[in-house]
Amino acid sequence: MEILDFSDELEVKVKKYQRGEAANLEVLKDKKLKGQLADREELFKKSANAAAKAEKWLMQTEAGRLEADGIEKTWRFDQHAIAKEVDVASRKNQFDLILPDLGPYTLDYTASGRYMVAAGRKGHVALIDLHTMKPIKDMQVRETVRDVVFLHNELFFAAAQKKYTYIYNQAGAELHCLKEHGSALKLQFLKNHFLLSSINKFGHLHYQDITTGQMIGNYRSGLGRSDVLQVNPYNSVLCSGHAGGTVSMWKPTSAAPLVKMLCHRGPVTAISFHPNGHLMATAGMDKKIKIWDLRKYEAIQMLPGHAKSLDFSQKGLLATSTGSFIQVLATSDSQDYSRYMIHTMAKGYQINKVLFRPYEDVLGIGHSNGLSSVLVPGSGEPNFDSWVANPYETSKQRSEKEVRVLLDKLPPESIILDPTNIGTLSIKKKKEKRTKQDLEEEKEAAVAAVKNVHLKKKTKGRSKPSKMARKKQEGIEQAKRSFVEKNEGGGANKKQKRITEMSDLPVALLPFASRKTS
Amino acid sequence: MRVKVISRSTDEFTRERSNDLQRVSRNYDPNLRTQEKAVEYVRALNAAKLDKVFARPFIGAMDGHLDAVSCMAKNPSHLKGIFSGSMDGEIRLWDLATRKTVRQYSGHQGAVRGLTVSTDGRVLVSCGTDCTVRLWRVPLASGMDSDEDSSDNKSIASYVGSNGFSAVDHQWEGDLFATAGGSQVDIWDHSRSQPVNTFEWGSSSVFSVRFNPGEPNILATTGSDRSITIYDLRTSSPAIKLIMQTKTNSIAWNPMEPMNFTAANENCNCYSFDARNMKEAKCVHKDHVSAVMDIDYSPTGREFVTGSYDRTVRIFQYNGGHSREIYHTKRMQRVFCVKFSCDASYVISGSDDTNLRLWKAKASEQLGVILPRERKKHEYMEAVKNRYKHLPEVKRILRHRHLPKPIYKAGILRRTMADAAKKKEDRVRAHSTPGSMPRKSVRKNRIVREIE
Repeated sequence: MEILDFSDELEVKVKKYQRGEAANLEVLKDKKLKGQLADREELFKKSANAAAKAEKWLMQTEAGRLEADGIEKTWRFDQHAIAKEVDVASRKNQFDLILPDLGPYTLDYTASGRYMVAAGRKGHVALIDLHTMKPIKDMQVRETVRDVVFLHNELFFAAAQKKYTYIYNQAGAELHCLKEHGSALKLQFLKNHFLLSSINKFGHLHYQDITTGQMIGNYRSGLGRSDVLQVNPYNSVLCSGHAGGTVSMWKPTSAAPLVKMLCHRGPVTAISFHPNGHLMATAGMDKKIKIWDLRKYEAIQMLPGHAKSLDFSQKGLLATSTGSFIQVLATSDSQDYSRYMIHTMAKGYQINKVLFRPYEDVLGIGHSNGLSSVLVPGSGEPNFDSWVANPYETSKQRSEKEVRVLLDKLPPESIILDPTNIGTLSIKKKKEKRTKQDLEEEKEAAVAAVKNVHLKKKTKGRSKPSKMARKKQEGIEQAKRSFVEKNEGGGANKKQKRITEMSDLPVALLPFASRKTS
Repeated sequence: MRVKVISRSTDEFTRERSNDLQRVSRNYDPNLRTQEKAVEYVRALNAAKLDKVFARPFIGAMDGHLDAVSCMAKNPSHLKGIFSGSMDGEIRLWDLATRKTVRQYSGHQGAVRGLTVSTDGRVLVSCGTDCTVRLWRVPLASGMDSDEDSSDNKSIASYVGSNGFSAVDHQWEGDLFATAGGSQVDIWDHSRSQPVNTFEWGSSSVFSVRFNPGEPNILATTGSDRSITIYDLRTSSPAIKLIMQTKTNSIAWNPMEPMNFTAANENCNCYSFDARNMKEAKCVHKDHVSAVMDIDYSPTGREFVTGSYDRTVRIFQYNGGHSREIYHTKRMQRVFCVKFSCDASYVISGSDDTNLRLWKAKASEQLGVILPRERKKHEYMEAVKNRYKHLPEVKRILRHRHLPKPIYKAGILRRTMADAAKKKEDRVRAHSTPGSMPRKSVRKNRIVREIE
């Protein structure tokens, strides 16, 4: 029994590493190509197997979990109960920073989850190292700050201020003032492409390449002011939610959106994407939170409730927040999202943003009275890859990584809805020739249609039965004639007929025989 | 309730001392890496561009001969040396690392037409238009760098034949060597001054001889009657003769698949044959614009190099219809002989302008000692390039070669002529009764007939 289970587990793991189905090689006629592709498929299988087997040794850290015994529900446990069961180091991750005067706070984490930048609406910007819990830089920009994002690492961040967007470095020095973005409401950074995108109060989208400083795209969304902007990490497509309930998806090289979906009956208040790229959660003023399948553009689940902010974690948990109430939803085996955990804050706190911290079981909360952080077991990916994001990076490793990531910088044209399409063939559909049967059927259908047409009864003796019968016959003949003209097979038959008639002529003269005799 | 939260201790993920290696954790989960294919594509593009940046195949020219280089020979037991014979009778032994002459063997009165080294690498056999076959002593590897010892520059033996010789080749495992002269093929032993055996088929002159690497008793020759003949030493008569439309200048056996050989033909193509089934060619390698003079296989059996009358050297895949690489220089004139070095990294060409040139087999290869990390990186770049080499941007960069204008124009002209001939054939076929003009494959239609 145990052996079976192990091999089943291995199957599941191998599937994860195979990245799709093997190609169908039976349809190939070219033997050389078939042999080469068969070799390749063998290699892919081998590597998937090796990766699945190596998982046992490579995955050092265990994932978090919260399990309830018997009739208990997991959402009955609050942070105090969890804190009692957890070790000291993890309890450090639960904290509340009370900063009541400087406006609702928004926050962002670096990709490694080690650094956090938080900005209060009234101009307070703080850069914090979460391993040592020390603020690296604390500054007051003396202007409204609407949003902050980290750029490619913790050395740079961008703040959307009252009139323009500014880029600062870790020491707080202002490096750039990006005037073209205007008064941005939300900022997003596309990591693979080094593009800083923003949506401003007129609903204009901007894409700027921060390595060259060039503005790649500047598009009017045409749907009015919107302050919901999210990037889909799977395919780097930018999504904005609008007041009419539509969600539009944008890429930097076209002025028209890729997709426009009508999601809600009122304004869209929040969007978030699942890391696997198939799921999108949207929340609207119509008191609904919908989970969409992006392959079919269908809503697979609808949950009741408002949500000012949504976020998916690395393991697929969904955090929603309204007012001072946060709920975390998780899928069990039924593939539906249900309540997993709850966190209520004191009544006056208005939660502005929730964001899961990468590679940790922590949910960061930015609210009107400062910042908080709560534990959500099972939300973070336990095992990081040093070459993707390393929370324990030294400065030398960080500078090497910067160079490597810049070498692999993707061009903005590579943003497409399905990123696995790169490198595949674009097959032109051939017009299928209709078979004889199809033609026959079509002819009969046309004739039947003509027969069903009701002729109008005319007055003054113009609707005599003989006339009506003749008209009907003419209609049928017309329908049949159009088919005879279209029929491609007719020509070949004619030619064959001619050749068989000419078979008495010698071979050399056949091409020159006149057609009059046919 | 059971709770567990991710908790990592810093010691597990950071190094203890500054002279330790940094710790690396790996997670191969595809979900952590988004847009893998786009990243790979960008890397393939960069790899193709870097390939072109580092493509400097020419290493050096070996200068010294006073007349055109007519033939070359490799020493199977010594990588660094190569023998070359020129049209004025001088034979030189070159050290490839320093590109200098180590020994000069003079003695031939006329052009040296063929050179070959014995199986143990101690004796060099040469033949020439002065009707002689001469044997010379090859210095030991350790003695290669020392000063010339005058006693070694005289031939060990010199055998006179009945007519001028045009080629010589030694058995890969054995003591016999074969010469081609007049219309006969002679088999000699080192110690006998007369041939041990003679083969003759027809009255046309024989141009080149090659022994099979796998079967030491089989050899192939080419003749001026546009034929390729295969002989077996154990029988007293030749085995198979294949007549083509144009003359074959040279043959090379595939050392890894000894039943296959490739023939360098006068009509600018090379034809690969399976010696067991000579009814049709296995593959036609087309890319030269003038007669192909010489051909040699790489010891891996996967590539071969050809030198042609159109002043270029091309490297083909063993089963590829077109060349993967072309080398040319303004100073290199008609290429008469080419050799692939025994470690499959270099190509040596001997040409009309009295120089031997040393080229890299892979133009952008890094020579010298490569660190394991560098090697892994090269292998990765190669693999990612091969995965995306069919996409237009990458293909355009990989395919791009600068060709000298006459060759470029000649290539276009040949293509226009071939297209015109094909169009005409299609039209004639369209105007004739269906079935009266069967299509002939290129692999077959250059063969006139096969004789047992």
